[in-house]
This record gives sequence, C-alpha cells and structure tokens, in this order.
Amino acid sequence: MSLTHQDVARIARLARIAVTEDEIAATSEKLNGIFGLIEEMQAVNTDGIEPMAHPQDVFLRLREDAVTEPNRREAFQSVAPQVEKGLFLVPKVIE
Amino acid sequence: MINATLKELSRHLTSGEVTSVELATQYLDRIKALNPALNAFITIDGEKTLEEARAADAARAAGEAGPLTGVPLAYKDIFCQEGWKTSCGSRMLDNFVAPYSAHVVERCRAAGMVTLGRTNMDEFAMGSSNENSYYGPVKNPWDFNAIPGGSSGGSAVAVAARLAPAALGTDTGGSIRQPASHCGVTGIKPTYGTVSRYGMVAFASSLDQGGPMAQTAEDCALLLNVIAGFDSRDSTSLERAPEDYTRSLEQPLTGLKVGLPREYFAEGLSEDVAQVVQSAIDTLRQLGAEVVEVSLPNTRLSIPAYYVIAPAEASSNLSRYDGVRYGHRAAEYSDLVDMYERTRAEGFGDEVKRRILVGTYVLSHGYYDAYYLKAQKIRRLIADDFRKAFERCDVILGPVAPTAAFDIGQLADDPVQMYLSDIYTLSINLAGLPGMSVPAGFAGNGRPVGLQIVGNYFSEAKMLNVAHQFQLATDWHARRPVL
Repeated sequence: MSLTHQDVARIARLARIAVTEDEIAATSEKLNGIFGLIEEMQAVNTDGIEPMAHPQDVFLRLREDAVTEPNRREAFQSVAPQVEKGLFLVPKVIE
Repeated sequence: MINATLKELSRHLTSGEVTSVELATQYLDRIKALNPALNAFITIDGEKTLEEARAADAARAAGEAGPLTGVPLAYKDIFCQEGWKTSCGSRMLDNFVAPYSAHVVERCRAAGMVTLGRTNMDEFAMGSSNENSYYGPVKNPWDFNAIPGGSSGGSAVAVAARLAPAALGTDTGGSIRQPASHCGVTGIKPTYGTVSRYGMVAFASSLDQGGPMAQTAEDCALLLNVIAGFDSRDSTSLERAPEDYTRSLEQPLTGLKVGLPREYFAEGLSEDVAQVVQSAIDTLRQLGAEVVEVSLPNTRLSIPAYYVIAPAEASSNLSRYDGVRYGHRAAEYSDLVDMYERTRAEGFGDEVKRRILVGTYVLSHGYYDAYYLKAQKIRRLIADDFRKAFERCDVILGPVAPTAAFDIGQLADDPVQMYLSDIYTLSINLAGLPGMSVPAGFAGNGRPVGLQIVGNYFSEAKMLNVAHQFQLATDWHARRPVL
C-alpha cells in the first residue's frame, strides 16, 4: 500500500487539518513509512479471534437518570475563545 | 532534605524537623536554579505552592495530617488542575487554565500533598523522547545530550534531578516506564482501570493509565495508595475493593517464579542493556527467585497493533480541539470549516498531526475491518500470550527499551525508528497489564538503564514487593546525577 499526495490531502481534509503542498510531500513520505510498519499485521491469521477492547471485558455501567452535576457554565465558558450571552460563537454557517 | 524519599519526608514532617512551607521553599529554589537548563517544568507558581504548603502546615497543627500531608508532588501537564494552566505540551492548550481537577489531583490534594508545578511532556503524550513538546525538549540530567525519554520526560527528570520527590505520569505505550528507565527513577503503570482517567487529557482511551514516579518502589506504593480506586466518572474504572499497595513490600522473594520472555532477549537488544538486565536477574536469583523461560511469540506484532489502535483513538479524542469551546483558535479564517482547519494546523505539532492522519485513515470508510478491528484481534493474541506465560511465573522481567537514552535529535526525524524503540513496553498496554521500571545500572556511556517488571492483572503489590526487595539489595535507585 502506498498513499498518494491526493490521498494525504483527502485524509487531512477529513481530519480538518489545513496542509500546504510542501507539507503533503513531507507527510506522505513519513506516513508511508508508518504504514509499512502497520502492514506487517496483515500477514497474521486472525480468523475466529474475538477483538479486544478492554482487558477485563467489562460492560458499561448504568446509572439512575438523575442530575448529578451542578451547572458551571460560566467557569467552563471562561476558557472559550468567543462567547456571548452564554452561547459559544462560531462563524456564520447559514446565510 | 532534597534527596529524601517520600517516606523520609513524611517522617521529617511528622517529627516537626521541617515544615511543609520550608520543604516547598527548598524545592522551589532548586527548580528556579536548575529548571532553565533542564526544562522539566512547563508551569511553576511559587505563590500557589506556598499557599498549599501553609494549608498543609495548618492541617498538621490542627491534628488533621495524614501520612503525606505537606509532602510536595509534581504533576505531568496532562492532568487537569483547577486554576493551573494544563497545556498537555501543546500550543493548542497553551491558553487553557483548567476549570476543574482530575480525579488523581483531587485525591492528592485531599491527602494534603503540595503542588510543585506542572511537568513537561511530549505533546498530547505522543512521543518517546520529549522532543515533541511545544515548550521545547527536556534535558536528561545524567547527560544533557541525551533525551530523557517520553512522554512523561519532565516528571522523570524532576524526580531524577531532585526538583521534586515524586511526580505523576501517564503511560499509553511506555510513557512512565521508558523515561523512568532513561532517567534512573522508579515508575509504575498500574493495571488498566485501576487509576481513574477522569480529568486526564485523553490520548488513546483504551490504553491510557496514570501512575506514580518516584525514587523508590516504596514511594510508588505510597502514592498508588492515594491515587488508585474506583471513580464513577471514568467509564472504564474498575469497581474493586481498595487495597494497600505497601502490604507485601517486606516479603522475602524465596520461591518467586520469574519469567524471562525469550523474545525480549533476542536480536535488537543492545549489549549493555542486556548485561544490566542479566545482572539484575542474578541479584534476584540470589534473593531466592527461580528463573523460568517463557515465550511471548506475538511481541513483534505489538508495534503495528499499537500504531493502529493508539492513532485511531487519538484521532477521535483530538477531534474535540475545534477552536470553539476551549484552547487555541486561529486569528483569521473565512468560514467554519476554514476555522477548524487553520486552528488545528496551527495548534498541533508534526507528530500529533501525523498520528491524527494515520488514525483518520484507518477509521475511514471501508478500512475499519482491515485496521482497527484487525489490531484489536491481535491485541487479544498478545493478551493470550501473557495469560499463558503467567501460568508458569509470578512476574515477567526484561528490558524497558532496547538501548539506554539516545541523543537528542538522533531519531527526531525518523518516526518509524522511534516507534520501533517501544518494542518492550507496548504489549503491556495492549494487554492492560501493570508494568514498572526500576533503576538497575548504567550503560557504557554512563546513562541509566531500568529493569522492567511486568505483573499479572492486579498484582501491583507483588511487583512492588519484588522491586522493593531489589532496592534493599542494590543502590542504583539512590544514585543521582551531578548537577
């Protein structure tokens, strides 16, 4: 497998990271090196093996549907780039 | 006093030989003198530290002190701490003052421990050399040309250089054990699910685990007593009865079965690390341990499996950095998508971007089965290897890294070589097992080398027992760099 510059540009767009032409060239080379390493696992037969997400195979806990957290909106919005009247501001998305 | 262990500091504070304010002042002075050269701390705030120290002294005067009240501690800059900048080594969070504290920080503060500052790290804990920090590389106090290891490099250096008696770190693929090994300190990554991840900036959630770094195994046990335990705010936290991790420290090692995985002593291990590990094994044998050979045949596969699972989870976790709710936002942009793209291009460093791209690719439409699911199946094979090995032994011993610390800049532009150096630590995270590094000697170039101790699930007390007995018989952990 080898990623083309076009592939890298597409992945970067999916990841919402702006990249320049020069960065794409340098990044492609490094990503192809990394995928060279990753592809080694394709040679292993894993038929019938159960995938493992948590070593103890725990189940997600359920809890009562009750309010447990206080409202700390002001504290949490104090670290936001732009807020107004308790709302987070972003560039206009609907004309 | 600066060279004292937590145990000794606790005694000095109890006897009234020193106050918490005096102790904090000594460490702050040393940080002020040495940190400009070492770069182990990202944030120090003497006023806040002394305020905590005064409160600790007041608690002691009121008869409300616990064993660690007034003892200072440094935090890796990945643990949210209310009122402190929590940067995670990234430009993205350079302006982020946490509005709440991580579970482990709450625990340490409740125990009366005093915050010395926030330690440097690879950006978002991605790295094995601490060269990926927005705040610049950390220097190894044993040799300023050497990397300190990563990603908890600042925490390891703080302890090694006696800028702090102990520090907290996190370990996703070796980030406590490898810097502990490279800096000559003791560090333990507990069983996955033992220490709450609440308030710990997420990298790869199915692997991340916080843990203590200190001079001795005994100190690690004392700290683990403080930070371990169930927390409902972490969905993978395990509901288990609290345990005392110091309970087995004094047990003799007679009859202990030590497993040596043959794959850990094969090609790729440097001669001087092999010698250090071998002589540590000889010491344990003299203490009564029996050695058996075991096999972990899928060790090699831990590298590809890890470098799929960790980036995949990272790409998902780091999607939260969008310039809307907290952290960096680009100054100029044309629309919402442009704002996201520029914010993330400016806020993340090269290694973080690479891993997000790898993760985005392996999770993209049509590739999930070939990569993430495949890696999770290999993860099961790796865990099965350990399960079989632990049928024949109590602990597994081996190297932490193939070589002693490499030079700053040596692998900085070669991610593949850097990833390969994680070969002995990654599988432990994939299996969710506890692992630790204990100082065991020095390489030919004078750089420290650690011994890795891997235990079965929930066998931290046994591992700490092995490490403590080793430290009673050796003095590697008490050696310190000339600064």
